[in-house]
Amino acid sequence: MTQEHFKLENVSFLYEEEAVPALKNVSFTIGRGEFVAVLGHNGSGKSTLAKLLNGLFLPSEGTVLVSEMDTKDPQYTWDIRQRAGMVFQNPDNQIVATVVRDDVAFGMENIGVDPKDMPARIEEALTTVGMMPFLDRAPHLLSGGQKQRVAIAGILAMQPEALVLDEATAMLDPSGRKEVFETVARLNREQGITVVWITHFMEEAVRCGRVMVIHGGEMRLDGTPKEVFSQGELLRSLRLDVPPMARLAEELISRGIDLPAGILSVEDMEREVLARCR
Amino acid sequence: MLNDITLGQYYPADSFAHRLDPRTKILLSIVYIVSIFLVKSLFGYIPVVLYLFLTIKVSTVPMGMMVRSIRPLRILLLFTFVLNLFFGTGERILFQWAFLTIRHEGLMNALHFSLRLIFLVTGTSLLTLTTAPVVLTDGLERLVSPLRVIKFPAHEMAMMMTIALRFIPTLVEEAQKIMKAQTARGADFTSGNLKQRTKAMIPLLVPLFISAFRRAGDLAMAMEARCYHGGEGRTRLHVLKFRKDDAIAGISILVLMAVIILVEQWL
Repeated sequence: MTQEHFKLENVSFLYEEEAVPALKNVSFTIGRGEFVAVLGHNGSGKSTLAKLLNGLFLPSEGTVLVSEMDTKDPQYTWDIRQRAGMVFQNPDNQIVATVVRDDVAFGMENIGVDPKDMPARIEEALTTVGMMPFLDRAPHLLSGGQKQRVAIAGILAMQPEALVLDEATAMLDPSGRKEVFETVARLNREQGITVVWITHFMEEAVRCGRVMVIHGGEMRLDGTPKEVFSQGELLRSLRLDVPPMARLAEELISRGIDLPAGILSVEDMEREVLARCR
Repeated sequence: MLNDITLGQYYPADSFAHRLDPRTKILLSIVYIVSIFLVKSLFGYIPVVLYLFLTIKVSTVPMGMMVRSIRPLRILLLFTFVLNLFFGTGERILFQWAFLTIRHEGLMNALHFSLRLIFLVTGTSLLTLTTAPVVLTDGLERLVSPLRVIKFPAHEMAMMMTIALRFIPTLVEEAQKIMKAQTARGADFTSGNLKQRTKAMIPLLVPLFISAFRRAGDLAMAMEARCYHGGEGRTRLHVLKFRKDDAIAGISILVLMAVIILVEQWL
């Protein structure tokens, strides 16, 4: 077992029909059990990055290592995809079967799991995401958040070590977004699954352990949410929002109120303000 | 209202017939079709009627649903009957008026072909009434899988059918959404003559096709991400197993065939 789960070395990616690379010389490592948010506005290359992490795309230059396996090496392709499960943006377009049970089994069938072991693994996966009561439902009758949780269950049944979520909450309503985020956060906390959470919602990124910001195919920021969101000017120049509380703190500081850097949530703000009122 | 869209005519229940292996039911239907073609005289239909009645009882499908399965055929039935009735050749004339002549052979043929059609359709619709579409695809895949030797894409075909079944409700929903959106922009889908109405479908079909292609691309990506790489080395959640019930059903259809042959021999 290695501590480095994903390791990218000078990775560039060029879509065949385009002149400008979608990713330029990106290098980073993600450790086992980390919860990383990848931020970027549309067309920044964050979706390309997601697909590089499990060998759906192969880098034009550089190497991508998943648990020390090179994604370019065809003998590791299925191993890597089984270990780094991926959830996509559109909940409708990633469910294959007509019944929830069969869809959760789909990945296991592909990797050749013994049919005798499948029912127990389906039950475990669906229980983990809280979808067990929907075992025999047709997926098109579920809400967006429920469909995404079924998609996550389908990956959990394959017993992955990492989850890559490519804007998995972008098409969901606020309650669906919360459902999915909480489920993934719990998997990270309780089962130590490495999570790469690609999003453009700041309020989600604030709650991850580490935030990367991609702009124009380049890695611009990489650090804890406090470090990243205290750079209000830079974020705005990358066409990203600053979380509301961080903005309020910025405004207050610029008007001469003494507040520490790195306020991100209402709770942080409450604590600091109360401390100054006493 | 679209949410409960069901495909085919599956009648959900838990009967002897529903529990049979789909492969058994497909093979049973084939033997049944062959048996019907063995019938030469009207008496030969007596065992068929009895067998059909018994299987309907065993399947718990209501009689009304069985009758409904013939309804789409009524025009074809009428044609078959009328054409055979008046264009038979033979000596014995039963009825004659103006240019219409009904002969004995014509009447017999008319009855014969109509009954054959009715029994064919009711018998085979029992297959689709008692088997869910996905299970049916599953059974088909495994029945034709020996043909892989001659490069017949059995798994691919079944996978395509399953995905089609999965996406029909999604696409129907989408078509309705687009239709509403276009109606809101002044499109008219309901009035005008056939040509105008066909033309009005274009703003519905183009976006629908574009989105279907996008969905197909997304789905292919998602399937690959979940390690899909064709039928090779794939295991299945639902393992099909022949049981005692399948043997009983198999013997029953062979008995029917034997009885038909005997009846035809004697008469």
